[in-house]
Amino acid sequence: MLDAALCVVRRDLLLAWRRRGDVATALLFFLIVASLFPLGIGFEPNLLRAIAPGVIWVAALLSSMLSLSRLFAADHADGTLEQLLLGASPLGVIAAAKAAAHWIVSGLPLALIAPFIALQYDMPGELTPVLALSLLLGTPVLSLIGAIGAALTLGVRGGGILLSLLVLPLYVPVLILGAGSVDMAAAGMGGEGQLLLLAALLVASCAFAPWAIATALRISME
Amino acid sequence: MLEAAGLECVRQKRTLFRSLSFSLTRGERLRIAGANGSGKTSLLRILCGLLTPDAGEVRWKSEPIGALREEYSRQIVYLGHAPAVKDDLTAAENLEIACRLAGFPAKAGAALERLGIAADVPVRKLSQGQRRRAALARLVVSEQVPLWLLDEPYAALDPQATAIVDALLAAHAARGGAVIFTTHQETGAAAARVIELHA
Repeated sequence: MLDAALCVVRRDLLLAWRRRGDVATALLFFLIVASLFPLGIGFEPNLLRAIAPGVIWVAALLSSMLSLSRLFAADHADGTLEQLLLGASPLGVIAAAKAAAHWIVSGLPLALIAPFIALQYDMPGELTPVLALSLLLGTPVLSLIGAIGAALTLGVRGGGILLSLLVLPLYVPVLILGAGSVDMAAAGMGGEGQLLLLAALLVASCAFAPWAIATALRISME
Repeated sequence: MLEAAGLECVRQKRTLFRSLSFSLTRGERLRIAGANGSGKTSLLRILCGLLTPDAGEVRWKSEPIGALREEYSRQIVYLGHAPAVKDDLTAAENLEIACRLAGFPAKAGAALERLGIAADVPVRKLSQGQRRRAALARLVVSEQVPLWLLDEPYAALDPQATAIVDALLAAHAARGGAVIFTTHQETGAAAARVIELHA
C-alpha cells in the first residue's frame, strides 16, 4: 500500500521534472503577482508591511490553484487514471499520494521563496519564519482541498472556472489563519494560536480529504 | 469465476443493453461484438467496476465486485480505449509503474522486447501502433492475473502485433486464465465465445 503511494508520488515528481516549464510557470506566477502590489500601491513602507501577509497568502492561494486543473485531467486524458482506480491499493491512498505530489511541486516551493518576497514588503526579519511556517502548514491543506474540487470537476466543460468557484471559498479558513498568524506575530502577540489551528486543519484534511477525493473520482469516472 | 447477472446499462437516456447475463469460467475467451455505440466499452467498464450498472450485478467467485473492490482489482487487468501510458515517461517506466500499482514486481525489459518496443525512448516519440504495443506489454507481465478485460486490443496493430496478441490470449486461456475482449475485427475470434450487443 505504502509502496503504491510512493510509486505515485515518484511518478508525479518525475512527470513534473520532465515538464519543468509547467512547474516554473506556477512559481513565476506567484513571484509576479506578489511583486505587482508594491509597484501598484507605491512605496509606503508601513502600508506595505501591513498588507504583506495577506498579499503573499492570496498569491500563494492563486498559484496553488493554477496547477490544480491538471492534477487529474492529464491522467484522465491518457487513461492512466482508470488504471489508478483499478490499482491494488485503496483509492484513498492513491488520492493522498497525488495531493502530496501536487504539494511538493506547487506548495513547498512557495513556502521556500516566500521569505524572499517578504523582503520586497520590508517585512521584519523575525516574521519571515512565521510566514514560511504558516505556508508550510497551509499549502498542503490547499492541495488536499483543491484535489477534491479537481476530482469533482473532472471531465466537466469549463471545469477550470468551476473549479476556482468551488475551491476558493473553501480556501478562506486557510487564508484567514495563515495571514492571521503573521499579523498576530507582527502585533507582538505571537502567531502560535493560528499556526496550531492551521496544523489542526492539516491533520483533519489529511484524515478526511483523501476519501473525499476518492469518492469524487469514482463519481467523475462513471 | 466471473458472473454477470441481469446487467442493464442506460447512457444518455438510451438503453444500451438490458438483462444481460453470462458467466465465464477458467480458460474461456469471450468476445463482445457489436456496432459502434452498442455498449461494448460500457459493458467492459461495468465488468471491471469502473461503472455501476443501472440494474443487475457482477460477481467474482459469487461475491459482488462492489464489495470486493481492491481485492477484485488485483484479479483483473483492464486495458481501455486509451493506451494508459504517459507520454513523458519511457515505455519501461510506464510498465514498471503500472505493475507496481497493480501490486507485483515488473520485468519490463523482456516484455517490451517481446513486443518490439524500445524501452528507453519517451512514449511521446512512438507511433500510435507502437504506443498500443507499449500498452499491451502489460499483458506479458500479467500472466498470473486470472482475468483480462481488453477494450479493442487489436486496434491500430499490424499483422505481426496482432499475431502476438493472439498468442498471448491463447496462452492465457491455456494456463487457465479468462479473457473478455471487444473487437470489430474477426481476428482471434475463432476460438472465442461471442456475445453480440444490439443497441
